[in-house]
Amino acid sequence: MTSAQIEIQLIACIVAVACAIPGTFLVLRKMAMISDAISHSILPGIVIGFFLTEDLNSPWLILLAAFSGILTVVLVEYIQKTGLVKEDTAIGLVFPSLFSIGVILIAKNAGDVHLDVDAVLLGELAFAPFDRMIIGGADMGPKSLWVIGIILLVTLTLLLAFFKELKISTFDKQLAATLGFSPVIMHYGLMTVASVTTVGAFDAVGAILVVALMIAPPAMAYLLTNNLKKMLLIASGFGIIGAILGYWVAHWLDASIAGSITTVLGVLFFLIYMFSPNRGLISVLYRQKRQEVEVHLLTFLLHLQNHSEKSERHINHLNEHINWHKVRAQSVLDLALKNNMITIDDSIISLTEKGKTFTSEAINYIITNKSAAIEEMKDRFFLFRG
Amino acid sequence: MKDKIAIKVDDLTVAYNFKPVLWDVDLSIPEGVLMAIVGPNGAGKSTLIKAMLDIVKPIAGTIEIFGKPYKKQYKEVAYVPQKGSVDWDFPTTALDVVLMGTYGSLGWIKRPGKTEKKEALEALEKVGMLEFRSRQISQLSGGQQQRVFLARALVQKASIYIMDEPFQGVDATTEKAIINILKELRKSGKTVVVVHHDLQTVPEYFDWVTFLNVKKIATGSVKDIFNDDNLTKTYGINYKVSLLQ
Amino acid sequence: MSVQEYFSLVFSDYTLRTITLGTAILGIVCGMLGSFAVLRKQSLLGDAISHAALPGIVIAFLITGAKTSNTLLIGALISGLIGTFWISGIIKKTHLKSDTALGLILSLFFGFGMLLLTFVQKMPDAQQAGLDKYLFGQAATLVESDVWLMAVVMGISLLVLIIFWKEFKVLHFDPDYSKSLGINTKLLDVLITTLIVMAIVIGLQTVGVVLMSAMLLAPAAAARQWTNNLGIMVFLASLFGALSGIFGTAISATSNNLPTGPVIVLIAAAIVVISFVFSPGRGILFREIRHWKNRNDLQLHKTLYFMFEIAKTHNDISHPHKIKILNNFQGYTRNSLKNLEDRAYITVDGPMWSLTQKGYDKAMNLYNQQDNTHD
Repeated sequence: MTSAQIEIQLIACIVAVACAIPGTFLVLRKMAMISDAISHSILPGIVIGFFLTEDLNSPWLILLAAFSGILTVVLVEYIQKTGLVKEDTAIGLVFPSLFSIGVILIAKNAGDVHLDVDAVLLGELAFAPFDRMIIGGADMGPKSLWVIGIILLVTLTLLLAFFKELKISTFDKQLAATLGFSPVIMHYGLMTVASVTTVGAFDAVGAILVVALMIAPPAMAYLLTNNLKKMLLIASGFGIIGAILGYWVAHWLDASIAGSITTVLGVLFFLIYMFSPNRGLISVLYRQKRQEVEVHLLTFLLHLQNHSEKSERHINHLNEHINWHKVRAQSVLDLALKNNMITIDDSIISLTEKGKTFTSEAINYIITNKSAAIEEMKDRFFLFRG
Repeated sequence: MKDKIAIKVDDLTVAYNFKPVLWDVDLSIPEGVLMAIVGPNGAGKSTLIKAMLDIVKPIAGTIEIFGKPYKKQYKEVAYVPQKGSVDWDFPTTALDVVLMGTYGSLGWIKRPGKTEKKEALEALEKVGMLEFRSRQISQLSGGQQQRVFLARALVQKASIYIMDEPFQGVDATTEKAIINILKELRKSGKTVVVVHHDLQTVPEYFDWVTFLNVKKIATGSVKDIFNDDNLTKTYGINYKVSLLQ
Repeated sequence: MSVQEYFSLVFSDYTLRTITLGTAILGIVCGMLGSFAVLRKQSLLGDAISHAALPGIVIAFLITGAKTSNTLLIGALISGLIGTFWISGIIKKTHLKSDTALGLILSLFFGFGMLLLTFVQKMPDAQQAGLDKYLFGQAATLVESDVWLMAVVMGISLLVLIIFWKEFKVLHFDPDYSKSLGINTKLLDVLITTLIVMAIVIGLQTVGVVLMSAMLLAPAAAARQWTNNLGIMVFLASLFGALSGIFGTAISATSNNLPTGPVIVLIAAAIVVISFVFSPGRGILFREIRHWKNRNDLQLHKTLYFMFEIAKTHNDISHPHKIKILNNFQGYTRNSLKNLEDRAYITVDGPMWSLTQKGYDKAMNLYNQQDNTHD
């Protein structure tokens, strides 16, 4: 590995962690799309900043751009408060307008400004190591590494200092307010961090990758855990994996680094979306399928308990009256038999003692609205699950 | 008079997210009754009527409207949903909402014409909302909104009226106006099914009642079954009719 | 070239006519379908889909090598639809919320598209592929066949909206009720979503990925402020869309270095701002005026009520009283006295005031109202 390669990976990893932290809170606060809005509407700030400083890494430019990010949030909230349009529409109106202003500013000054909308939107990580930080003649490493490193440091400090407040204001706004933490300050604090991070990262990785890094790793983490601390760690972990893996995929394919990192994140997300042990698609579908059969079984047992007359308990009644398909009726019947809940005598179905106890207990739990207790009951009674 | 069955529910089980909310409900609603469905929160009252209307798919059981499945009978049924299900900021006026009641009987592409408009205005007049016909729907009070929805059901000229908590968040005048119209409907031979919250008014408003708490507890005429026993069975605590007053 | 010159040229100049027609039709389609996107609370879907279309465009190009936009747009449509249905899959089957699902699909699909784009750039004729125009939009590249395609999409959308007008209306106003009318809501959902995705896809070439969402939302959001009738709203949205398209094209064509897409979006945004502020029914300006008036009336009524309390102790309600005693009352000002006199609620005679019959009745009315609210 050359030192440029190491530097690129280092920058990518730091960006990933710096994005994952505010991203986790955005995802939990159902505000993920605001990161997309910010990533676009910083453009006018960047352009004006660039006119003034001529340096994409200048702190003034970062502040100005972050300010236009916050302006987005303020405008969106103002429009929402008027009640003239529904919540999301405000976001969809504000950021394209600000972005348009940015594009027009660039176009109008194309002669003087070497700033490309492509570069803002897509970024080019491969060039990051060429822009060095030189202090007193000494090479201190790539500028963007410094910029994003400082941002990460500030973010981490804020996270550690205000973890409790952030946690409470994310999960229980009212409690936070009664405890005296202003949800408004927390909100704008978070938005400021998100804006600054977006601005600090865009020049290295592009606006879209910033959005991917803010949303995808926390979303994956959320599919794996409910614990905020774990979520932050897992999200940062996925961000780093995506960054390093993405870099090498790009290297191997000779393709855009930002594109590869996003694609790797996409593949990772797809895998977790499918296979996460409790919340993945497969496990959800499997559980639903099983519960479907089990609910049918409960229904069927209850029906038996409710009706003593033989006609209601005849096997054919399952198809006719309860309106089930043959296949389903058979699988329910099999499950009930396997679990010793019923006996079949001359095509007439009767509940066994075990079946009766199970049914009465189940109805008890459901009527008292303690359906959670059903799962525990199933464990007790079922030899075979659906 | 009450031998024809308007709605017949057989072995109905419904589960939301595979948690059963209605269990093995059997219910026959005779034609021409004004019936309340009562039960505690989470008893599955709304679910029961949504199943009747084919909005919620049951996992077991059948429902028949005058002997046929709902899909073939939807013109016979008018529905007044709970107020929460509506987009209040939708660009539509009171008259417009009432006209929606004619959509079911209008064919493809056809728009409400003069006849439909006349019917809609009559219905609005009946519920005392004629002067508010061009108001946007969110600019009406809770009671006024409910009247508009009742008017929408009235223009459907159905045989069965199914209403989800029509008295929720409604002023006393509106409540009286609505119940009078419902009683009128019953007099003209229609069947009215109402999810109802206020036990106190059951004997005064209704002649038929169903107690529901996940399972059906009892169904029958208010005179016969609105008693301490069924109230206790449904609500769990020692409920007494005398305590309601 | 000035804007006036532009409009005189529009009918004779082939290129100008094509582009103007294209942006106008796009504006109409977006206004029409955007109205439904807004009412469906799917405002940000447009943004997600326009980004999600990128890999489809690139794949279509890589497979066919086609440069005609129609082939590329089919690719865009397919990947846009996959994105849409994956979004709803994520929302339905996991506990991730819609904002996260939208952001995920948006960024992940777009990033994948960028990766694919690097392969295109390595191809020998990469420069001519012109895939860049889908990112930022280039109305100037519109040709007659593009405009025809837009017209076809407009025709289909119009037809579908006319056929299912009342079904769409009741579905979006009151979904449960529409099901009870025997309406197939699932089919209608798929239909309108597909149309919205189509509108987004045909707009990409003109305004680009980023600005597409505004193209879809802005005309509808503006139109909503002027009417409470769905038909008029859809019509106005189409009109606003068309106007943004036409004037955006005109302005950008008549000045140097003004890209069309952003100008169209800014004009649409200006229409939104004007609508938000000046619409008579809902606008902020009139709302503020009403608030201010109400506050003023309330002050006046309080003063009148205070006078009523004094006057009613006398048999003659018009018995004159000293203005000085009003000084004890906080809401009283010279101005409010003048106002009350203007409304003929009181008469003022030197340092004395007296209640008129009209003023007495008004105050009595207020008194009764107050009584009622206490009930």
